[in-house]
Amino acid sequence: MNTLEIIKPENLVYGKPRLMNDNPMHYCPGCSHGVIHKLIAEVIEEMGMEEQTIGIAPVGCAVFAYNYLDIDWQEAAHGRAPALATAVKRLNPDKMVFTYQGDGDLAAIGTAETIHACNRGENIVIVFVNNAIYGMTGGQMAPTTLLGMSTATCPHGRNVELNGYPLKISDLLAQLDGTCLVTRQAVHTAAAVKKAKKMLRKAFENSMSHKGTSIVEFVSTCASGWKMSPDQSNKWMVENMFPKYPLGDLKDI
Amino acid sequence: MAKIKGTVVVDTERCKGCDLCVVACPTDVLELAKEVNSKGYNYARMKNPDECIGCANCGYVCPDGCITIYKVKI
Repeated sequence: MNTLEIIKPENLVYGKPRLMNDNPMHYCPGCSHGVIHKLIAEVIEEMGMEEQTIGIAPVGCAVFAYNYLDIDWQEAAHGRAPALATAVKRLNPDKMVFTYQGDGDLAAIGTAETIHACNRGENIVIVFVNNAIYGMTGGQMAPTTLLGMSTATCPHGRNVELNGYPLKISDLLAQLDGTCLVTRQAVHTAAAVKKAKKMLRKAFENSMSHKGTSIVEFVSTCASGWKMSPDQSNKWMVENMFPKYPLGDLKDI
Repeated sequence: MAKIKGTVVVDTERCKGCDLCVVACPTDVLELAKEVNSKGYNYARMKNPDECIGCANCGYVCPDGCITIYKVKI
């Protein structure tokens, strides 16, 4: 049996989700954002909510997220995605509203908005992509940068006395009564991708059943910012990021 | 025993040659081509099409969604 005989629609196992359009993505080769976009598209498609979903795009690498997924989007000011999502969800309680934020957006400039939206228990999903660096602006130190990790603004490694400790914002948010699901996932292997998709679906279902705020953190890579190949950065992430940001559910009620 | 045969179709113009699918493949089917696409990336292609089992690991880890996987039982 040759290849051409196998390539038939009835034999299809996996392909690009329908909601992801053909625009070429601006992300660097091997960027985790692509896989996370794909997961969101798959989950929305499986839930049949493509007409009812409103995404809030952040400022950061994912600022052009609205170009790649065929759902409704709003662009928020830097860090203010949870505040905008609050308004959208309160005005349209039957819509499925999610924010898509990086660590610079969610854990630095938008800390106040994030914490208060979670504390109010807004029925939104926060997708948090944590790559421990400011990717878009050229790899500067972020609040989530690991101790000893070198970036453009701390070339000799992050130093406790000068820069303080990495911020584990998901652990912080898990303490709040308004959150119903706080989970930390990764997308470096096929198994991790499948697990992450399950939790993402649960988060979206929580938002529709008005249980509270759901946060899905993705520990991810930034091959360009870390100055490694995509494969090397996955290995670096497993060795260095996972001890500080261990995967698993921090809160699930 | 039923044998499973799979095959992979890569959207070579969309591929950025990140190599993640090559690493994810359990049966060493994929490789990066020496040729480049119009953007200058070495796209992924099948070097051992006979070994493919259609597990879709490459598709799951592909950040750009440029891999489509087909599988058939023979």
